Formats: sequence, C-alpha cells, structure tokens
Amino acid sequence: MFRSLAQVLRQIRYENRTFWRNPAAAFFTILFPLMMLLIFATVFGNEPTGLGVTTAQFYAPALAVFGAVSAAYTSLAIGTAIARDQGVLKRVRGTPLPPWAYMAARILSSVWLAALSIALMLAIGILLYDLEIRTEQIPTLIVTFVAGVAAFAALGLAITGVASADSVPAITNATLLPLAFISGVFLGPSLEMPPWLDQVADLFPLKHFVEPFVNAFIPGTSASIPWTDIAWLGGWLAVGIVAAMLFFRWDPRPESGRGARRRNRNDRVTV
Amino acid sequence: MNAVIVEGLVKEYGSRRAVDDIDFEIASGEVFALLGPNGAGKTTTVEILEGHRFRDAGEVVVLGMDPGTAGPYYRQRIGIVLQSSGFEPNLTVSESVSMYRSYYENPMAVDQVLTIVGLRERKNARVKTLSGGQQRRLDLALGLVGNPDMLFLDEPTTGFDPSARRQAWEVVNNLRSLGKTILLTTHYMDEAEYLADTLAVISGGTIVSTGSPSTIGGSEYRRATVSFRATGRPPGTEDWNHDGGIFSVVTDDSTRVLNRLTSWALAEGVTLIDLEVTRPSLEDIYLSLTGGSDV
Repeated sequence: MFRSLAQVLRQIRYENRTFWRNPAAAFFTILFPLMMLLIFATVFGNEPTGLGVTTAQFYAPALAVFGAVSAAYTSLAIGTAIARDQGVLKRVRGTPLPPWAYMAARILSSVWLAALSIALMLAIGILLYDLEIRTEQIPTLIVTFVAGVAAFAALGLAITGVASADSVPAITNATLLPLAFISGVFLGPSLEMPPWLDQVADLFPLKHFVEPFVNAFIPGTSASIPWTDIAWLGGWLAVGIVAAMLFFRWDPRPESGRGARRRNRNDRVTV
Repeated sequence: MNAVIVEGLVKEYGSRRAVDDIDFEIASGEVFALLGPNGAGKTTTVEILEGHRFRDAGEVVVLGMDPGTAGPYYRQRIGIVLQSSGFEPNLTVSESVSMYRSYYENPMAVDQVLTIVGLRERKNARVKTLSGGQQRRLDLALGLVGNPDMLFLDEPTTGFDPSARRQAWEVVNNLRSLGKTILLTTHYMDEAEYLADTLAVISGGTIVSTGSPSTIGGSEYRRATVSFRATGRPPGTEDWNHDGGIFSVVTDDSTRVLNRLTSWALAEGVTLIDLEVTRPSLEDIYLSLTGGSDV
C-alpha cells in the first residue's frame, strides 16, 4: 500500500512535468481564465455590480471555478483520450503499475492543476483588485471545490470512454462553454436570465459548483455548507463514475471478448 | 523447462476465429518466432500471452502463470513491446525510461538499457524529436527496463530500413545472450531465419508448421529440385517439367535422380548444362505453407 502511494506521487510528478511542457494545455487551463478576469475587470471597471460587490469580487471566483473545471474536466478528458488512442494507456497496462494507481495519478494531477488555477486567480484578484476572502467561508470553498472537481473529473473520464481523442475536445467544449454561459460564469450578476434557462442550468453540475463558490465571496451570505449543491454534484459524480466504469477502456481499439461483446459492432481488430 | 505452454488456444471475434486451436511451447532462454502473413493471428496470440486480451478457450501458461488472471507480479517478470504504442512526447528519453523503470522492483539501470538499445547519445532528447527507428528503440527500452525474464516483441522491425533492422537484430541477439526468453512475431522470413531458434508458421489462425529454420516444413516442403538445360529430352524424364529448354523435377531422392541422369549423360557423351540441385529457401517454404497469401 505504501509502495503504491509512493508510486502515485511519483507518477503525479511525471504527469505534471508533461503538462507544463505542453504550452497549449497550460495556456488554456491556467492563463485563459486569468486573461478573462483582466478583460472583464478592464471592460466593466472594477466597480460595484448588481450584487453590491466589485466586478472582481464576482468574476474572480466564477472564473476560478471555470479554470478548475478546465483542468479537471476538459484537460483531463483530452489528455487521457490522447494517451489512450496513442497506446500509452495500453503500454502502462502491461507494466506492474496498478491501473488504479495510474488513473489516480492522472486525476490527482489534474486536481492539483485545478487547485493551482484557483489559487492563482484568487492571488491575482487580491493583488490587483482588492479581492476579499472571507475566512469563515473557507470550509464551504474547500467542500465545494472537492465535490465539483470530483464530479467533473468523473464526467471527463466518462467522455473519454465514449469518444475518440479527435472528438473529445469538441465534446468537452460544446458541453462546458454553453453551461458556463447559463450557469453565470461569463454573464455578469446583473443579468436576469429567463427562469426556464435557470431551471435548465439547475439540472447540470456547473451551476452547483459556481454558485456556492461565488456566494462565499459575497459579503453577508451564510457561511453554512451548501449541502443541496453538494448533493447535486455528488449525483453527477455518481453518474460520471458509473459511465466511466462502463465505457472506459485502456486499449486504443476496443478489446473484444469478455465483458466487451456489447461493443462488438464497432470492433476493429488487429491480428 | 518451458517458459510458455499454449494448448488449444482459441480466440473469436464475433463469428470469426482469429486464433483457431493452436498449440506451441517455448523453452526457457529460447528465441521463438511466430511467422505469418498479416491477419494470420500473430498479434492476437501474443496479446493473449501478454494479458492484454482474453482467450475464449484453451490453456496458456507463461512463466508458470496464467496471463488471463495474473496480476502485477506477472507483469514484473514480462516485458512487452507492442506493435504500435505512444509515448509522452514532451518527456526526454531518459525521463521516459526512468518513469517506466519506477514501476519495477528489480529494474536495469537507465544507462544500461539505453546502451543495449543504442539510444545513449539521445538520452536528453525530447521523445517527440526522435526518428521512427529511434522511437522503436525506445519502445524496446521501455519493454526491457524492468529486466524481464520473458520479452514479447510484436513485429519489432516493421518499417525499419535494412541497416536499422541489422542493428535491432544485434540487440535481440544480445538479449538472447542475457538468457531472456523471447517471443517475437514477424512477417519477414530473413528475420525469423536469423533470430529464431524455433519458429512456428501461422496462417488463418492455425499453426501450419513448427520447427527450426532448417527443419520447418518437414521433408514434404523441403524436397530438392533437380534441373538442367538440354535440347533433346533424355530418357526417363518424360514426367519432368520442361519449360524453355529447362528440365526440372522435385524429388525426395535427388541421389538416385542424379545418378540416373549423369549415367545417361556420360554414356551418351551429352553435357548437362546448368545442372543443379536446389533446396527451397525458407521463403519458398513459407509461401507454400501459407498459400502465398501475403506477398
């Protein structure tokens, strides 16, 4: 067990190293949300908004969540699908490294990047825009972060299971970006959305990640843990885990044989 | 001691039998080649032995374990070089080897592995800058770094230029001298002939012949051809092939055929132009065993 944990930690370091050496991935996950904050704060000015807080007080946590989801969902799904389609996963599967240890390392390294993305966003907010962090809200922030990142990581791996590396970027972006708009990541707090659209957003996990996270930065809001949102995220986590376990595969081509007969239709076999 | 025992192995994809009841054994320390055309069942067989695919029937024992159920301990002792697999393109060569090395309990040193495969001078290069042949050597390094007892090489030199193939063969010979048991698949005759102690020709999912490069096919496929050129037809050659002035016959008993022929020629004072006795090459044997389906 101890040896396995050491292996996970070592593998996380390798995963991180490969991440930072891929400038495109590093840009979209870490810098893009920061850039959005600078743009919003410049365009809108850092003046009080409809919620009675400054632009940055709203957008920094909202974009921090967006960055975290980019790391835990988009980047994890794309990276894992590429590794699968290029045969990296299959190669690893042929070594003594336990499969769970490898996947744990992949997931944890994206969680680490998500945390880093949030920390950077909040640091920039504090340094440039007088962002205020309410210490009594820190438990809420941590619980929401863990639940949100876990749900999105599971959903990302579920998408990896059903799509090829070519289509994963399109699928993740086509799901994340519209949700970001209707869940209040990009559209400011002053904007009233049609109630039905609000209800649609309520069904999906992003809003349950963004809303409690942003609320924790609004002065005067309750500091109790937002269990309803956490329950929604837990539900999506369960959906993601079940789908990932059903569809995830290590082989670039679907394994045919035991447990995989249901996929025989699109089975391409190398002999 | 046998490193590998396969009995009655069957693998079906839908209704198609990719591997149809095959048996073979590999002795410890032996280089064993599975030779066959594309689609013959080589990769499926090897992937079952590696534990990558499940079998539908039959017994498989590798290093005393069943690859279908064996876990990390089995994978400590085998090394796998797949036909095609990817790398983390942004790691360096030595970082990649170190990463895979960390998965094993008794690995080789990174420099030793890189020396064996001939990549030492590229150790600090990013993987994405390697040529195709160098990437294949890195494949081999990653399969080797765990210091396995049994190494699976799936078409290790496909796509190599002739000199790169020679180098790869030397690597395999070095591994043989380290006492590794090696199962390699190939569709190159010369590769099997040069490297293998034992080879099995597989075609259409079944093994059509097993033997050493000098015995494969058995006497039936190794019969000699006697041929010569002449203008008239000598007596006793009525059933010989006659094509463009060349007479030829395939025979089990070349001594008797030659004796009869040369006695006649001497008695008649006739010269038998281009008289020769030829044995089929491994390639000829392979083509007749497999029905020439690949070439």
